[in-house]
Amino acid sequence: MNDYPQVLFAGRRPGTTNFLAGYEAGGGYRGLRKALTMSPAGIRELVKAAGLRGRGGAGFPTGVKWSFFPEAPGEKYLLANGDEMEPGTYKDRQLLLADPHQLVEGMAIAAFAMQIPHGYVFLRYAYEECARNVERAIAEAEEKGYLGRNILGSGFSFELHVHRSAGRYILGEETALINGLEGRRPNPRSKPPFPAQAGLFGKPTNVNNIETYCNVPHILVNGADWYQGLSRTPEGAGTMLVGLSGHLHRTEVFELPMGIPLREVIEQVGGGVRGGRRFKACLPGGASTPFLTASQLDTPLDHVHLEQAGSRLGTAGVTVFDDTTCMVAATLNLARFFARESCGWCTPCRDGLQVVVWLLEEIEAGRGHAELLAMLRDQVRNIRGRSFCALAEGAMGPVGALLDRFGDELEDHIARGRCPLKR
Amino acid sequence: MSDLLPQDQRAAFRAKAAAIDHPHELIVDALRAVQSHHGWVPDAGVALVAELLGVLAVEVEEVATFYDKIFRRPVGKKVIHVCDSICCWAGGGEAIAAHLQQTLGIGFGETTSDGMFTLLPTCCLGACGDAPAMMVGLTTHGRLTPESIDRILAQYRAEAAG
Repeated sequence: MNDYPQVLFAGRRPGTTNFLAGYEAGGGYRGLRKALTMSPAGIRELVKAAGLRGRGGAGFPTGVKWSFFPEAPGEKYLLANGDEMEPGTYKDRQLLLADPHQLVEGMAIAAFAMQIPHGYVFLRYAYEECARNVERAIAEAEEKGYLGRNILGSGFSFELHVHRSAGRYILGEETALINGLEGRRPNPRSKPPFPAQAGLFGKPTNVNNIETYCNVPHILVNGADWYQGLSRTPEGAGTMLVGLSGHLHRTEVFELPMGIPLREVIEQVGGGVRGGRRFKACLPGGASTPFLTASQLDTPLDHVHLEQAGSRLGTAGVTVFDDTTCMVAATLNLARFFARESCGWCTPCRDGLQVVVWLLEEIEAGRGHAELLAMLRDQVRNIRGRSFCALAEGAMGPVGALLDRFGDELEDHIARGRCPLKR
Repeated sequence: MSDLLPQDQRAAFRAKAAAIDHPHELIVDALRAVQSHHGWVPDAGVALVAELLGVLAVEVEEVATFYDKIFRRPVGKKVIHVCDSICCWAGGGEAIAAHLQQTLGIGFGETTSDGMFTLLPTCCLGACGDAPAMMVGLTTHGRLTPESIDRILAQYRAEAAG
C-alpha cells in the first residue's frame, strides 16, 4: 500500500507538522528557486504541458487557466480556495496539517508566473489548526525571503494573508469566495466577467484549490514528463489525494496515482467494505458526483474515464456504501445538504432543491406514487442548466444517478409502500 | 457595550480599517472577534463592528446573517456542531445526534438549562475519515460513540467548572 509514489505526502509524518526546517530538508523551496530563473510565460507553459488539472472539483486545466491571466503588472490577486466543504472531502486539511509550506511555495510560484503581488489563503471555519499552520509558514517564509518584498533577490514581490471564514458551503464557489473575502454577502457573482478579468476588488484574480497549488513546486523541480508519467493512464497526469470514507475498513486520505482503477482503491487501499458486507455504490469524487455501481468498479480514476462512466472525479473523495444502504435515503441526505447550503439567490436552487427533498422524503417514507416519481424527473430536468451557479447542478448529480441507476430501488419503495431496506 | 470587545482590539480594528483601501474585508474578522469575546453577536455587536470599520450596520448585518458560524442569538458556553452530511450519516450519525439530544435534554437549536451547551446540526466538517464527527467550539472530535460523547461532554463541563 505504501508502494505508490508519494509526492504531496512525501514529507508527511502522522501527528506532526513540517515547518521551515523540515520542509527545506525534504527539498522544499527548490521549485521556487527554479521558477525565479525562468520566465513567467515559461512557467505557465510548463504547468500546461504537465497536464495538471484543478483539484477543487471542476478539474479545469491549471496551466490553461493561468495562460488566460493578464500578465501586465498591476493590482492583481492570487487566491487559494480552502473552503473544502464538499462532503467526503478532507484532503486539503491533511496537506495543511502535514506541510503548510508546500502551499506557500506553490502560491509563490503561481504568483510569479502571473506577476501577482497579493495573495490570500481562504480557509473554512473548522480548519483553525490549518489556519495557524499557514500563518506560521507565511511568517517563516517572509523571514527567509521566500515571500514579501524582492523574493530571493529576484525583484519580484508577493505578500500572502490568511482569511478565516465563518461557514457555508457556497463559499467554495469562486465568485462567492471573492465576495466573502471582500466582506460582502457571499452570493455568487454572474460570469462574465470572470475572476481573471474582474475578481477581488474588481481586479484580475486567479483562484485555485489548495492541492492544485501544492502540485506546482514538484512540477517545477521534476518537469512535465515526470508529472505525466505519475499517472496510470495517458488521460491523467500526476498523483491525487483520495479521501476514503463511508463503509470501508480504512478511511483515510491516500496519495494515489491518477488513473488507478476504482476497484484497487476500494479493495486494496481501502481494505474493502467493512463488516463482511458487499459494495453497493460509491460517490467517486464528493457529494456532487453521480453514484457509480458495482459494474463500474474497473473505471480508472481520472477526469476523462469518470466522465465516460457518467460521473466526475470532482475532489476525489470516495464515499462507499455497502449493500445495506438505501440509495433513496442516501440521496435524500445529500439533497438535504444541498438544499440547506443553497444561498437562496436563484429560484431553481432555492425552491427546486426543497421540492426534490420533499419528493425523496415522500418516497422514502412509503408515500410515493408514479406521479411523484415523474415530478422528481421533471425537477432534475428543470434544475439542470438553469441555476445561477454550480451548486444546484452538482446537487442533481446523485439525484440523476439515483433515477438512472437505482430506478428499481425507487420503484420498489413505491410498490411496497415502505423503504425495503429500513432496519 | 464594554464586554463586546476589549479596548485594545477595538483600537487595532480601527487602525487596520483606516490603513486599508477596503475596510469591508475586515467584517468577518471583526464579527468573529466579537463572538470570540462575547460568545455571540448581539445587535450592539453589529453596530460596534460598523462603527470600528466605518461601514454601514446593514452591511455588517447582511454578512453576519449569511454565515452559520456567526451566532446572532445567545448560545451556551460551548456550541456543539454535529455533522449530518453523507459520510457521518453512513457512519451512524443519526444515532449520534439522537444520543446528544437525549443526553443533553435539548433539541437542535436549543441550549442546556445550565447554559453550558448549544446543539446545532452542521454540514460536513472535513472529518470524513473519522465519521461520525462533531465540533465543540473549534475542536473536532471524531469516531464518536455514545460512550465517547459522554466522556467528551464531561470533560468540557469539568473544564468550565475548574
